[in-house]
Amino acid sequence: MTATGTGTYTPKPGAAPLPRMIAAQAALETKMLLRNGEQLLLTVVIPTLLLVLFSTVDIVDTGAGEAVDFLAPGILALAVMSTAFTGQAIATGFERRYGVLKRLASSPLPRWGLMMAKTLSVLVTEILQVILLTVIAFALGWSPRGNPVAVALLLVLGTAAFSGLGLLMAGTLKAEATLAAANLVFLLLLVGGGVVVPLDKFPSGAQDVLGLLPIAALSDGLRDVLQHGAGMPWGDLGILAVWAVVGLAAAGKFFRWE
Amino acid sequence: MRSEPVIQVQALVKRYGTKTAVDGLDLVARTGVTAVLGPNGAGKTTTVETCEGYRKPDSGTVRVLGLDPVRQSGELRPRVGVMLQSGGVYSGSRADEMLRHVARLHAHPLDVDALIERLGLGSCGRTTYRRLSGGQQQRLALAMAVVGRPELVFLDEPTAGLDPQARHATWDLVRDLRADGVSVVLTTHYMDEAEQLADDVAIIDAGRVIAQGSPEELCRGGAENTLRFTGRPGLDVGSLLKALPADCSAAELTPGSYRVAGKVDPQLLATVTSWCAQHGVMPEKISVERHTLEDVFLELTGKELRS
Repeated sequence: MTATGTGTYTPKPGAAPLPRMIAAQAALETKMLLRNGEQLLLTVVIPTLLLVLFSTVDIVDTGAGEAVDFLAPGILALAVMSTAFTGQAIATGFERRYGVLKRLASSPLPRWGLMMAKTLSVLVTEILQVILLTVIAFALGWSPRGNPVAVALLLVLGTAAFSGLGLLMAGTLKAEATLAAANLVFLLLLVGGGVVVPLDKFPSGAQDVLGLLPIAALSDGLRDVLQHGAGMPWGDLGILAVWAVVGLAAAGKFFRWE
Repeated sequence: MRSEPVIQVQALVKRYGTKTAVDGLDLVARTGVTAVLGPNGAGKTTTVETCEGYRKPDSGTVRVLGLDPVRQSGELRPRVGVMLQSGGVYSGSRADEMLRHVARLHAHPLDVDALIERLGLGSCGRTTYRRLSGGQQQRLALAMAVVGRPELVFLDEPTAGLDPQARHATWDLVRDLRADGVSVVLTTHYMDEAEQLADDVAIIDAGRVIAQGSPEELCRGGAENTLRFTGRPGLDVGSLLKALPADCSAAELTPGSYRVAGKVDPQLLATVTSWCAQHGVMPEKISVERHTLEDVFLELTGKELRS
């Protein structure tokens, strides 16, 4: 057909370079998260409050030593869970519900690129959380020890495990169900996952089971390194790796985009 | 001129569980504007979404710009623009923010500010998507479909629920896209929209294309047209009928008001007026009623209500 128009809309299709697409997507996802009040409550306000409150007020017996030395690793684990699991599950569930995932699936950004952008966005948020919580913990007299590489490895594996579980939930349940379940799981794991309440306060039978939870493995591993100066906490890393493989594989298999 | 097929669908079958949504559908859409019409549940959206790569055919073949929308999705996606029936935008994002984002995913996007201006989205300001009016949400989705400078745009009910101003703005944009060589495939329930915009109309019912052609072709063929005139009461309708071609009918509806139904062409008009002349009748208020696309649509798909 002969073009008789002004030429404004003359086709000139093409995908942007992949790194640019992924960076743009990650930036937008992060912006959406930081703009959302409920998400900020979950990822920033609650961990900060718990850290300050439990460090300064003697609510639970955190064992020998400064309370903050026990609490800071647990709160870091909670921060990872709040972003990679709860926050990501809720946001993705509603993106699926409102057709955002569907619309993006017909954009030049490939699906794996979208997933990579989500992961980047989670990592950026976690870095901001870790910086904030570390500064507060130092102000409360925290004196961490241990190997930074082990800490980074724990955080990365924990993120992978929680992301898999969060995406599995978001991709299979209705958005409202995801919202409710993700918050409930957050609350249960906060109490029963060794975050602020030491696992040895629970009956010994329960301890064995709770110890296998990803949140317990992450907080225990971080505590081993940061509080007790352990080397590589292989047991906890192993538990997280299993959760990561199972969670991500199940999410990959069962995730529905619409 | 409209020779290039942009979409070729052959014997497409798509089932959801036991329900067959699309049942051996054949469709060729060429460059220009193609309107897909059909009652609710006819299979319009399923057909379009199969072309967009969202659904995998149970059988049959689908080619869009010569590509398989599922297997060659990566190659196809940058070349097409998609407007979903609803949603598709982060509820917490602002209109310009989302549009700029989609633009960033493309290599040579349109000028975002000009597009915002053109579609009247500038007034959305800092309002987030969930608080925009339905019309604003709709126009944003349209803008998102065209911002990447695609060759082919899919619009699923682009003006559903829009006020007349927004409808005309959408129509003007579709016309400009067409003039600049962008092909458009749109689904709609508005017959005037199809008549206004489409080079080609496909009517789908029960999962098949039951008619296809230009709006003029569809209105001319198939449906009968009507010729009406008034004269003195009690004319000999039998004699008129004898003068007419065999497949025509004639009747005096009310005293002095006559109707001839059949394939109304210049020859038939001449036959009726010469019969009147022979019988000393002055046919006053003579009129030819062209069938509208809506008449054709209802004739083909029936009048009972659908899901």
